[in-house]
Amino acid sequence: MGIWEQLSQYITQYSFVRNALIVCPLIALCSSLLGVTLVLKRFSFIGDGLSHVAFGAMAVASVLNLTKDMPLVLAITILCAVLLLRVGQNAKIKGDAAVAMVSVGALAIGYLILNLFSNSGNLSGDVCSTLFGSQSILTLRPSNVWLCIVLSVTVVIIFVLFYNKIFAVTFDENFARATGTRAGAYNLLIAVVVGVIIVLAMNLVGSLLISALVIFPALSAMRVYKRFLSVTICSAVISVICALTGMLIAILADTPVGSTIVAIDILVFLIFSLIGALTGMRRR
Amino acid sequence: MALITCRDLSLGYDGREIVRNLSFEVNAGDYLCIVGENGSGKSTLMRTLLGLQNPLYGTIAFGDGLKKNEIGYLPQQTVVQRDFPASVWEIVLSGCQNQCGLRPFYGAAEKKLARQNIEKMGLSALKKRCYRELSGGQQQRVLLARALCATKKMLLLDEPVAGLDPKVTQELYSLIRSLHEEGLTIIMISHDVSAALLEADHILHVGSPLFFGTKDEYMRSEHARIFMGKE
Repeated sequence: MGIWEQLSQYITQYSFVRNALIVCPLIALCSSLLGVTLVLKRFSFIGDGLSHVAFGAMAVASVLNLTKDMPLVLAITILCAVLLLRVGQNAKIKGDAAVAMVSVGALAIGYLILNLFSNSGNLSGDVCSTLFGSQSILTLRPSNVWLCIVLSVTVVIIFVLFYNKIFAVTFDENFARATGTRAGAYNLLIAVVVGVIIVLAMNLVGSLLISALVIFPALSAMRVYKRFLSVTICSAVISVICALTGMLIAILADTPVGSTIVAIDILVFLIFSLIGALTGMRRR
Repeated sequence: MALITCRDLSLGYDGREIVRNLSFEVNAGDYLCIVGENGSGKSTLMRTLLGLQNPLYGTIAFGDGLKKNEIGYLPQQTVVQRDFPASVWEIVLSGCQNQCGLRPFYGAAEKKLARQNIEKMGLSALKKRCYRELSGGQQQRVLLARALCATKKMLLLDEPVAGLDPKVTQELYSLIRSLHEEGLTIIMISHDVSAALLEADHILHVGSPLFFGTKDEYMRSEHARIFMGKE
């Protein structure tokens, strides 16, 4: 049986494969959009930090036996995103230190809570799948699928509507503020959207690998393209293609979804670095 | 009424006072140069004028129809900007952001303004080029074009010639001079007093003791003798 037949059989037979194939490109698209801004604002690690917060929140949710854990996780993550991105700028503990602190803190507390209160029989399995995503994208409940779709579409719409303002705030926050753009409000918006993206992406690649989904497409695009718009579009395209390819390979070869996608992202980054180096050399 | 009137300003941050009892005014058409040693509070004064931070005491009044967000600003380059992937066009256009309000996209009027200012700064040929690949002088002209998009009345320049070679420095000074002759009010921060005295018509010397007055008054004052050595 050829690969394509096998694949089409999976798609027609199993609804969870269909769900995953709808949700996966949407999540990839969202996470890549703000990647450019985060990388340029020197906040590459914010994804990592926030995903650990989301892990901690998930631990709390599972101990409380909440069936709908998404809203709680979403709320806590957004709150931390706002604290780190917005308040973090004039707090006593600066940027990277604050992110690192919140990140490892949440991870430790989350694992501690799970160990102390969890009644699950397979604790390490649960933890592992939250951290690395394992196959959780393939086991999404319909309600979560819809939530994912609504949230990702909202993120994309917000990004398009505020694209010019996000550019202004990313390139030169002081100038934007001084000339009457409400930079504070837009930073807040970016923080909220980042929080949403992290929680979404957690379903796809698990909390340890989210940073890869956020920064790799942006970094790849920045090797080759030189305008903000082309970098953004390119990074979105790369992200969606990598995520879909990775997902299909994972389904067919039965590898973990998250790490397969990230592996493809790394591969594309290397290819784009090479292209960037070659075109750079030719120009010189 | 003056465009900007400052009364008894005290400036600083974290409760630490750097400058006190600062009073001066800027009238339409002035070319004011703010000089002083490093750490004397020049940049803090500029941040306060731009509304990026509040004065500890005292008041800043904007008059003559100048609104707070109508000041064009040429900042010093940040680390972020040095490797930022953006074209000249994208950056200059972002100066029009304050005319958009909540409108998500730039209209024909903003694009026309950006085009005019690119032309005025002699950047038409570089419009599609990437900002980080330009020379230091070209980058300053891009940021100047962006500042011009944000204002019709007043420009604040923070050390505009820092890091530029002498030839490009002179070109930039003459560009600023021509903007002044077109009727823009200029406030420039500089640690280069001799250039300031050539270009500006008013001098504000921050540090102790403070001085504010016209260039000629400054030349006759005690400050000039201390600050400029033998002259």
